[in-house]
Order: sequence, then C-alpha cells, then structure tokens
Amino acid sequence: MAPLLEVQHLKKYFKTPRGMLHAVDDVSFTLDAGKTLGVVGESGCGKSTLGRTILHLTDATDGKILFEGRDITYPTRRELSQLRQNMQIIFQDPYSSLNPRMSVSETIMEPLKLSKKYSKAEMIERTKELMATVGLAERFWNIYPHELDGGRRQRIGIARALALGPKFIVCDEPVSALDVSIQAQILNLMLDLQEERNLTYIFITHDLSVVKYISDEIMVMYLGQVVEKAPSHELFRNTLHPYSKALLSAIPIPKVDAQRELIPMKGEVTSPINPRPGCRFTARCPYVEEKCHEPQVLEEIMPNHFVSCCRCREINEISETVKGRN
Amino acid sequence: MESNVLLEVKDLKVEYHTDETVVHAVNGVSLTLREGETLGLVGETGAGKTTIARTILGILPKPQGHVTQGEIIFEGRNLLELSEKEMRKIRGDKIAMIFQDPMTALNPIERVGDQITEAIRLHNKISHAEAVLRSMDMLEMVGIPKERYPEFPHQFSGGMKQRVVIAMALACNPKLLLADEPTTALDVTIQAQVLALMRDLTKRLGTSVILITHDLGVVASTCQSVAVAYAGEIVEYGTVYHIFNNPLHPYTKGLFDSLPDLDVSKKRLKPIRGMMPDPTNLPEGCTFCERCDYAMEICARKKPAVYEPEQGHTVRCFLAERRVTDGAFAGSAASEKVL
Repeated sequence: MAPLLEVQHLKKYFKTPRGMLHAVDDVSFTLDAGKTLGVVGESGCGKSTLGRTILHLTDATDGKILFEGRDITYPTRRELSQLRQNMQIIFQDPYSSLNPRMSVSETIMEPLKLSKKYSKAEMIERTKELMATVGLAERFWNIYPHELDGGRRQRIGIARALALGPKFIVCDEPVSALDVSIQAQILNLMLDLQEERNLTYIFITHDLSVVKYISDEIMVMYLGQVVEKAPSHELFRNTLHPYSKALLSAIPIPKVDAQRELIPMKGEVTSPINPRPGCRFTARCPYVEEKCHEPQVLEEIMPNHFVSCCRCREINEISETVKGRN
Repeated sequence: MESNVLLEVKDLKVEYHTDETVVHAVNGVSLTLREGETLGLVGETGAGKTTIARTILGILPKPQGHVTQGEIIFEGRNLLELSEKEMRKIRGDKIAMIFQDPMTALNPIERVGDQITEAIRLHNKISHAEAVLRSMDMLEMVGIPKERYPEFPHQFSGGMKQRVVIAMALACNPKLLLADEPTTALDVTIQAQVLALMRDLTKRLGTSVILITHDLGVVASTCQSVAVAYAGEIVEYGTVYHIFNNPLHPYTKGLFDSLPDLDVSKKRLKPIRGMMPDPTNLPEGCTFCERCDYAMEICARKKPAVYEPEQGHTVRCFLAERRVTDGAFAGSAASEKVL
C-alpha cells in the first residue's frame, strides 16, 4: 500500500536581510495512514515550518510532497481547495487561533459553509455531531471563545479541523498551552479520534514525554534538518545522535532522585541563516571532530533507525556489521 | 539541619474585586520557608500561585487586589503592615522576584548592564563605577561575558535574557528569591542550564527560593519541599519525598497520573475529569470535590481541615483525617500507591 504522505527532500528557505534562512533543509519521510509521526526539536528548528509547508500554508522552496501517491507540491487553486478537505491543522494557541467574534457553532460550521456541500439543516446537524464528538456540551452553541478555558477552546479547534472529515491532521503543539490535567484529556481525545477515524497525525511538539506517548515514529530536528528518526520506543531506548541524547537528558523527570546523568550542552542554537555545510550541531556537540564539518547523510544505522552523524557508530560502539535493511 | 525560619505566611486570604464580582484568589494559605530552603509551589493556572508571590512582595494589582486576612512574617516583621516606603527598601534588596517571561521583564531601550547597575545602586550607597564593576561580576556569574554589558535585550536570546534577569535579581544578594515560572518560556535544554545555574547560585549565596511552577519534573530536581496549590488553597504540603513518593491528596495523585511517563508505555493517560471551580463562586465544601474519584458525602458539605498524617506532611482532605484517626496510615498508604 502506498503511504498516505510522502515528503522528499523538502526545503523551505526564507529570504532575510542577512541572507537565506534555512528553516527546513532537505527533509524526507513517509507516513502511513492511521499512524502518527512525532516531530520534536527546540524553538527555531523548523518543525512548525515543516508542518505548514506540507499543508501549503507556505510554499515549498524545493522538494516534493506526495499525498496518496499524487504530487501536490504545486497545486492549482482548485486542487488546493480539494486538498484542504483532506488535510487540516490544529494550532498551538487556542487563544489566538479562534476568531473572537465567532461563536463556537459558527467557528465549527465555517469549514462546512466554505465547502458548499451542505444544506443549512445538514450543517447544523453536523456541527452538533462534531461538538458531541469532541466533548463540547450543546449549551456552548452560542458561546464565544473568551468565555471558555484553554481546554475547551482547544476542543473547538479540534472540532473545526475534523469538520470536513480529513484524513490527515498536522497538530502543531496542540497541548503545550494547557495545564497537565487538561492536557491529558485532550491527548486521550486525539487518540480516540485517531482510532475511530483512522486519522493520520503529524504531531509537532517540544515536549518529549508527550511525543513518546502519542507517536509511532519520532523525528528529531535540529536547525532545519532531521538528525535522528526511529520508531518511538526505539528512539527512547536506544538514542544514538548526540543532540537527541542531550535533549532527552534535559527532560525534567517528576521523580525524586531520578537516576540520570545530565548530558551538558554548551551554548545555544546557532543561526539558521546561511549555515555552513556539515553537521549543524558542531558548535554544541561534545564529540565534534574534523570530519563533522563535512556534509552529513541520514544513514540507516539499524533497521528503521536513521541517524545523521558521521561519528555515530564510534560514539555508540556499534560495529560496522550492524546495518539497516537495505 | 533545622535552620532558622525566614518567612512565614499565616492563613493568608487575597481577593480581587471587580465591578461585578469578587475573585477569591487565595483562601487561607500558610507556608513556612527556612533559610537556604527551596520550596516548590505547584499548581495549575488559576490556583493562586502568582498571587501568593505578589502578595509577599507587596505588588498586588491595585485597586483590585485586597489582602483580607493573614500575616506574612519575614525576618520577624509583618510585611503586610509595612508602609510602601519600607516595602520599597525590601523589594529587590531582601526579596527579589524573577518573572515568567524574560522578554517583558527587561526594559527594551536600556542596556542590560545598566539595568543591573540601577538595581544595585538603588539599594547600596556605592559609586556608579563600583556598581558597574559589580554588575559585570554578576553577568560573569550567570555565564554571560562582561563584554555584553552595553548590549540591549533584543540582542540576547531567551535563555540569555533569563540569565540577565537572574543576575539582576541576585545582584543585591537577597534573602528570598521568588521565581515565578522562571523556565516555562524556555526550551528544555536551556531550561536545564538555567535551573542548574539557579541551583548553584542560590546554594552558594544561601538564598531561600520559592519556585512557582506547574512542572513536577522541575520541582523534583530543584526543591526540598513542595506545596501543591488548588483553587487558592494549599491542598498538600511536605518534603519532595512526601509528595513524590507518597502523595495523599487525590488532586496530587491525579496530577501524577495525568503525566505521560517516559519509562512506562501506557495506552491512555488518566486525566483529572472536569475543571477547577470558578474562583468567583467556590463550592461550600472541598474545592476539589467535584473532580474527585474518592469524594464522600461529607466532602460537598464541609470544608476539610488540614491534617498531618505524618510528621511534616500536611493534607487538606477528609481521607487523610481517617488515616490520622485510624492510625493505620503508615503501612496502607505506602502499599496503596506505587508511583
């Protein structure tokens, strides 16, 4: 079966006064229907831009996006409106992603209206269904977003994304602005919906514990590039890239006397403007060597486990005989 | 190991008055902080954490904010009875505060070094040149090269700005540091750096800290004692070992259950159902009653008192009362909940 989404060598550059900003630089992956790909990284690593580029909220600079086997990199207006019914997004901030002047029902009904496929009565019926699906009581029908708390607002965002029955949803930090007890409610809802409707998610977040919980596969990004990609538990059990290691070790664990050593990372993320060739993590990496300044490739070190680091085998003491499947 | 008590908050109540309603933000909070101790104040949005900190520092928004009851004893004096002039001497000198958002805590049109110098000169009678030297020392102490003294906040990254804010807060060597979500706006790797820095500096300078956060992971790695706030009350209070290894209040347990665990893969998280009660209209009984899985008939009628089922571990819950009276507490609690 062809994957639902295939992204090949996707690039997104932004022109800035100081040069080209490489927000997404040569990212490739495939995603099967009903699965979740987690994208993690720190601010500025290009994870949101990746999501937005796939949805054509910004145009790709180079590369290819295939949806259900069709090339959708440069769609016509007509194709795009078709596509948008199948691809949706849930935004991070439930406070600014809703129109303050539209009531709950109007917000959820808006995509139905725009699709011009439904009669008035059908729209009302569907909106009621959607509100029930995401757990919003009908008494919120005429309520405005400012009257609701973050968790309920995020439920509106989810209902709106589901309105046209999409196959694929980009979730851009959907729970980051929520309190933990509410966060768990929303995550469970998203998992339920995925099971019921066979939805495919790209789950963008900086919170590694959340991403492990929800994803089948995880992609770690650093300065626009994928540094490591592996199935979820494999990545956590057997972290190979120095950046992923440092990132994982920095998660505060809610246990007293957690037995763990913090891998210190010097300095901060360097500028994504006109980056030099070679590994972009060199400035902060404890293992940096001469050859790290050469361009790196994302190599399948173990089955399904891809790492972009020339010293990966050395650092992790993996013998040359262990290889990916190809 | 018992050191002197630095700060004692006794039965504090704070309300915000708006045109139509009264928001009961803090409802009878008591806390004790010893010298050199770091206390984690955890809770969700609207639990009253920030209001407690602002009350201690005397910077409640006016005219809405009103302290209706209680005392805040700091070094033997009740801060609530001091005049504005006296408070101004304490603020920034004896008690300093770090705010959540480093982007807005700094003056965008003043050089960062000058902002630190200003804080130093406000409380110390020293010459400008001496103050500049000291503020350069402070910058170096938080890991910023002193050459960056004349730069403006926009030239710093988020993590660097938070370091500047920490330098400024510690510049006068305060006795008490109120840190309100100091790392929430930062990435995890930067958060780890900033927390390590705060731990080192406060240890070296002997500063007591109240760390306000919603992140239990941050608390585990930074604090000695923990107060869990819910709807303006402290529902559970104890050492980190009490709270993390033997949480007794259903809300605290719920918080731990709703966190995704890195070591265990679960099919579904166990969220706390419902939401925090409206602070303008708090229920008569226990504030957590509606969301509680263990709620009993009495919980809706009567407010639970504070019980101390084990030395130094207090819980505001009727279940804890039973434990105290039954005396069967120690064994059963440990086996009941394995984190």
